[in-house]
Amino acid sequence: MPTRTINPFATTTSTPALDALSEKDQPRRTSFSKNKFTSLFGGASPRTRNEAAALREALIAQQQALLDSPSPQQINSSSLSLPTINLTTATAEKMPSEPKTLFQPPDPEEAASLARAHAQFGPLGSQSHRYTSRHEGEFGDPIEDEPPYYYLITTYISYLILIVFGHVRDFFGKRFRRSHYSHLAERDGYAPLNSDFDNFYTRRLKMRINDCFSRPITGVPGRFITLMDRKSTDGNITFKMLGTLTETLNMSSYNYLGFAQSEGPCADATEAAIKKYGISMVSPRSDAGTSELTVEVEDLIANFVGKPASMVFSMGFVTNATTFPTIVGRGCLMISDELNHSSIRFGARLSGAMVSMFKHNDMRDLERVLREVISQGQPRTHRPWKKILVAVEGLYSMEGTMCNLPDLVALKKKYKFHLFVDEAHSVGALGPRGRGVCDYFGIDPSEVDILMGTLTKSFGANGGYIAANKDIIDKLRTQNAAMLYAESPTPPVLTQIASALRMITGDLYPGQGEERLQRLAFNSRYLRLGLKRLGFIVYGHDDSPIIPIMLYNPAKMPAFSHELLQRKISVVVVGYPATPLVSSRARFCVSAAHTKDDLDRMLDACDKVGDRLQLKFSSGVAGGSLPEEMQVAEKDGLKQRNGVSPPRWQLQHVLKRGVEDVKVPLR
Amino acid sequence: MDFSDPQGTAMRFFNDASAHFQKLPGSAILLRYIKSSYQNDPARSAIELFLVIFAIRYLLAPTYSTQKSKVSLTDQEIDELVDEWTPEPLVAAPTQFEELENEKRPVLVGPTGPKSKLSNGRTVTNLASYNFYNFIANEELKEKAIKTLRKYGVGPCGPPGFYGTQDVHIQTEADVAAHLGTPACIIYAQSFSTISSVIPSFSKRGDIIVADKAVNFAVRKGIQISRSTVRWYEHNDMEDLERVLQNITKEQAKKPLTRRFIITEGLFENIGDVVNLPKLIELKLRYKFRLILDETWSYGVLGRTGRGVTEAQNVDAREVDMIIGSLAGPLCAAGGFCAGTEEVVEHQRISSASYTYSAALPALLSTTASETITMLQEQPEILTGLRENIKAMRAMLDPRSDWVKCTSIVDNPILLLVLKPEVIASKNLSLEDQNQLFQDVVDECIANGVLITRLRSMPVDLGVHPRDRGWQPQPTLKVCVTSGLTKKETEKAGTVIRHAVTKMISRRK
Ligand SMILES: Cc1ncc(COP(=O)(O)O)c(C=O)c1O
Repeated sequence: MPTRTINPFATTTSTPALDALSEKDQPRRTSFSKNKFTSLFGGASPRTRNEAAALREALIAQQQALLDSPSPQQINSSSLSLPTINLTTATAEKMPSEPKTLFQPPDPEEAASLARAHAQFGPLGSQSHRYTSRHEGEFGDPIEDEPPYYYLITTYISYLILIVFGHVRDFFGKRFRRSHYSHLAERDGYAPLNSDFDNFYTRRLKMRINDCFSRPITGVPGRFITLMDRKSTDGNITFKMLGTLTETLNMSSYNYLGFAQSEGPCADATEAAIKKYGISMVSPRSDAGTSELTVEVEDLIANFVGKPASMVFSMGFVTNATTFPTIVGRGCLMISDELNHSSIRFGARLSGAMVSMFKHNDMRDLERVLREVISQGQPRTHRPWKKILVAVEGLYSMEGTMCNLPDLVALKKKYKFHLFVDEAHSVGALGPRGRGVCDYFGIDPSEVDILMGTLTKSFGANGGYIAANKDIIDKLRTQNAAMLYAESPTPPVLTQIASALRMITGDLYPGQGEERLQRLAFNSRYLRLGLKRLGFIVYGHDDSPIIPIMLYNPAKMPAFSHELLQRKISVVVVGYPATPLVSSRARFCVSAAHTKDDLDRMLDACDKVGDRLQLKFSSGVAGGSLPEEMQVAEKDGLKQRNGVSPPRWQLQHVLKRGVEDVKVPLR
Repeated sequence: MDFSDPQGTAMRFFNDASAHFQKLPGSAILLRYIKSSYQNDPARSAIELFLVIFAIRYLLAPTYSTQKSKVSLTDQEIDELVDEWTPEPLVAAPTQFEELENEKRPVLVGPTGPKSKLSNGRTVTNLASYNFYNFIANEELKEKAIKTLRKYGVGPCGPPGFYGTQDVHIQTEADVAAHLGTPACIIYAQSFSTISSVIPSFSKRGDIIVADKAVNFAVRKGIQISRSTVRWYEHNDMEDLERVLQNITKEQAKKPLTRRFIITEGLFENIGDVVNLPKLIELKLRYKFRLILDETWSYGVLGRTGRGVTEAQNVDAREVDMIIGSLAGPLCAAGGFCAGTEEVVEHQRISSASYTYSAALPALLSTTASETITMLQEQPEILTGLRENIKAMRAMLDPRSDWVKCTSIVDNPILLLVLKPEVIASKNLSLEDQNQLFQDVVDECIANGVLITRLRSMPVDLGVHPRDRGWQPQPTLKVCVTSGLTKKETEKAGTVIRHAVTKMISRRK
């Protein structure tokens, strides 16, 4: 196998790639086929090529290796002492007789560029750090753990104190520092732009922790993200840039497959596209904004998600906001999951259809609503509904939960509604082939009427798409407002989408896309399992790359964010109103760009911070408990609830067992 | 307390209660009122008592049900109803016009530009894109975009609030604000939806919006989302506006003060004419309304350095409360912006849906916008060059055609042509006829190597009766001038268009 041969660090490591390959007895060893390796040489057998071609290809291979070299080592550019690589090893499927020197240890410049590439996309540590995201068995609701009452009560008390303090400060402020409040009062005949009442939450609660939001960044939001340091001296009203930068581990961007890169095949293609096509289409789609690239991307997306046709938009939000009005209207009903994204609500409101909600992911509640609305018909007139559209998301960005697609499809058969699935977060991130929830559950995409998704996340680009039957897409193309008036997706963005898609499907650099998918699946499960075992309450389904851990007390949001920032990790914290009042949380977004070492670093940080901030509430009902044989040793001290002992693993055990246990159900 | 004597306890309780009651201010009056009213008119007391009880019952009743007309059904009946129900298909069958439109939509092969190649192999003069300054072909811009790409990648992979704000966005915001002369600016990832999101972030239920009748689709949707009270005034009619403002001021005099907005466009997307900004500012100040000005079509176009209506009409941009503009069209990038005071901008960062809940603009598009803004500022001759071509094109169409007239102002690079009223009358053309006619003109022009387009009528919400569909633009032909063509080429294209119009109209009896 030529893998190790192109690894420039082969001798400094114990060639984990090879070890992994020889481990035949691994469970769920997925078939990373031979072409993964031959692909590094352009996909053809090097034997049949002449020497020049072999040389060129070996060079490409070398570049490839730089991009996703299977080195578990952190690259330390100053202390690289690397061996020479030669053609023998670089192309060896059959050994050519004469070795040719190809690879010299990189000079510092090259090493720096390698380090930069790895800061965007980490090298795969070991072939065992892969997993296939696929649904098996019964799809249950995720078990939601609850913290001891103490934390719930203190959370309410915290909010009470915050609100009381806020009002007290307002009371005095409005009397003694009138100028600070002038924007909330009537000003020479103008009503305030935002009312005192609406503004209270922002002013008194959010402002306190404002430094955890909108942190400005520079560069690529890849594996690492570079924050621009800032400081506030006036209670987060204004910030002063300090002019320094901090590189942090990026647990916050929706860069699921790691396509946020300024180098590599996607960026190269994008550069070529800018040269050839220019930067913009400067016209709406329906006038002169449709390019051959647009058509190509639409075909690629349709093929990818398994629908006959698709249409791309220059913004994901607008995809939803303009599509609902084209498919539902007066006399129609939309049934929407209560936690659906703002863009879905925006579109629903514009459409003029009636909107009902059902409890998040609760299929029994949905059925109840369906029975009621179908039997009652439209309000007052009791005429039957013209049509009913159920809108759900594939993967919920604050909860980490997936929609229950199997049950939805069963309900759809019975109640004849139309089904709309917003795959903003799930496309690319779920399923053995990255094709979203349908792929994940093994359900034929034709069972879902409309698959919507965004291209901002997994594909590292921008925009959104709708994929559906041709008649629906044709209608959208003539009636959809974004098609008629909005700017078209630009050539660089379209090219990024196309090349990312081609990599995922394996058309381009076969094996690389698969590696990304499998690394994402592994990383998601690994981090989730680790956090559960450490004792955090983690929401969501096991294969979800969105991992929220619960903080509850509002003061823990800034504390958690600051503690992790000190450890050079960027995370997102969210609280009310984006979540229910009590369930403030920190949300981690896992990426294929992360290495296992990154996640270990994350677990280590969470372990320490979790102890410090008392975040380990888990009772064990949602999994993560110690296996039997280890429980005996640590039994004392921890009380059992419902027969499960609360998981409080030691970090070293978490790290030791993680890789194996990821591959069994996370219990 | 003595529990063995319940009667005594009760008595004491009542005595205490009545003592307390008498201590309450006003209780004596109430008692006296009840006594005297009972003596005078016992029936009235009974009715009042009844009313009081009813009021209490009403207040205590669980929130009143909106489902009064609900029919209760058994499970079996529901099952039957479910079985019987047949929903309509998701979309209606396409009309013939729609089918043709899908067939005929031009697809560009290779880059867009003054000369574009279509998928049918022909190269046409492209007068359908907003490529006014031909920045598309600027190699320097491409190089800078590539540089940005090599530092930032393409997408920022997150909304601005969650690590999606890049330094280049901050820079572009500062550039736009400096160009316009406003204290602050916020950029959105898409221009079209910017105003639809800005309006509802400020104007809520109960607030009042006064808007021009001819505002574009996106403004309408913003108003619809906001659920505010809307009053329309006749297009660009400042007297009518004043009348509406006066009425509102009168009606609202006694009510609590609510936010009030005037919303209009700088250059009108659907008509091409320009707002009278000085007069508008005067009215807004007099009646204490805030002004939301959609400069999507005027920013980068009007004024000496492309600052828009404010520059063209010598108005301080700070007089306008919110200026919404586009970085997508003439600026050759993507995204939109809203400029105003710090307060206006910061408010949007947390409450404007398409900013807060959508990924940020790709860095390379943001830097391109910064670059083109700088170019407009530093090289105003870019704008004058375009104006020469506009003049040339206009001369070919407006005064010379017997059939169409141009409703755009002279500086507008988008020439909107409508049929003259006498033509419509003499040929008895319905709206559909006019749309069809212009589609024929567009086809004829493409056949002769000039790509132009039609103004699209605004999509009507499903299920809305045609009677309620509101204002619609007159069917219009749209010709976008570009400085990427020489004057000669522009004139030649103009002639082709004029001839196509003549040919198609005279073909109709
Ligand atoms: C479910 C869902 N739909 C739509 C969107 C909007 O996508 P975009 O960021 O491309 O505008 C998002 C993004 O946050 C989302 O989470």
